[in-house]
Amino acid sequence: MSKIEIRSPLPGTFYRSSAPDAPPFKAEGDSVASGDAIGLIEVMKTFQEVPAGVEGRNITFLVENEEPIMAGQVIAEVEA
Amino acid sequence: MAIKVLHHGLATTVQDLGRPGYFHLGIPVGGAMDRFAMRAANLLVGNDEGAAGLEAVFIGPKLEFTEDALVAVTGADMPAKVDGVPQPGWTAFKVKSGQTLTFDFLKSGARICIAVSGGIDVPEALGSRSTYPIGALGGYKGRPLAAGDVLPVGKGSLASEGKTVDEDLRRKPDMPAELRVLPGLYWHRVTEESQENFFADEWKVANEADRMGYRFKGGRTLDFVDREQPFGAGSDPSNIVDSCYPYGSIQVPGGTEPIILHRDAVSGGGYFMVGTVISADMDLIGQLQPHTPTRFVKVTMEAALAAREERRAGLARLREALT
Repeated sequence: MSKIEIRSPLPGTFYRSSAPDAPPFKAEGDSVASGDAIGLIEVMKTFQEVPAGVEGRNITFLVENEEPIMAGQVIAEVEA
Repeated sequence: MAIKVLHHGLATTVQDLGRPGYFHLGIPVGGAMDRFAMRAANLLVGNDEGAAGLEAVFIGPKLEFTEDALVAVTGADMPAKVDGVPQPGWTAFKVKSGQTLTFDFLKSGARICIAVSGGIDVPEALGSRSTYPIGALGGYKGRPLAAGDVLPVGKGSLASEGKTVDEDLRRKPDMPAELRVLPGLYWHRVTEESQENFFADEWKVANEADRMGYRFKGGRTLDFVDREQPFGAGSDPSNIVDSCYPYGSIQVPGGTEPIILHRDAVSGGGYFMVGTVISADMDLIGQLQPHTPTRFVKVTMEAALAAREERRAGLARLREALT
């Protein structure tokens, strides 16, 4: 089964949910559609949604909530 | 000739070398955060150094060209692609009418400068085409680019295709980044121990870092020398009677998180400043990503002036190589 990587488009701080008390955009193992948000990145006083950009099943996150992230870093993997 | 903006990236603005001379009226110097990179990009495509180009931070824009042009991308390492074909950085390459310029993920640095032969021909405002978004001044309608914008481009030449800037002339921050600082007028406001800690500690670029100011976190809080706050100063020990803020000055509100004022900075206020980043190192700040470890290095005025001379010599070598 092939895995597809979802990479961060920009550097900043990664968040799994839209607010501290909100549920995560995606739970481990969820399926994603291309337009689905999988998290937020905070940079330059703004929050940017990270779209999955791919369609897949069984998402696995490789970056923790509130972890610093670099552009191009793999945030999550999904199965094609 | 025009360029159609298909996607704006994150924050892409028209910038040149800025509009000095109005800071005392509250209008910042503006211009590219990495001015050396903007000069190099312009020289590569046969423009004057002060022509207007685009500055994009972290994410590149998607641009469609309506006529043939030469393009150069300098500054951060963010590979450019023409109709999907990768192009070298710091090099003049051709984009044909109807082709689309896109960018890959950012690899290092923070901001690219995109120069187009002929320059971005928006009207000048106070002697500059730089965009100052908060003041809705200059650039393209005084704001960052948006999808659907059509950028006018001046008449250029395609003569310098393939020109490149040698690796040793390109400038990138070290890891950790080192920024040289000249202690300033308010240096005496913090204790001797804090003066030492400021330069000894490793700081990290915060997420709140943009064209106005670069904030840093992670060093020890500065302690202030006790005093009765003078008339006109706020009650916090980091407050002063309002003063001018120089370009490059480092204010530390509350003594906790240093902020270096950059091209779009406010021109005055009531926070004390530990000192000023020397002019030779200001371009480097524009290439720092969030979380980049950074050290402040104390220098003397003599060392600052010598560093400025060294940068002038580097610029002279660039001009010699490209013109």
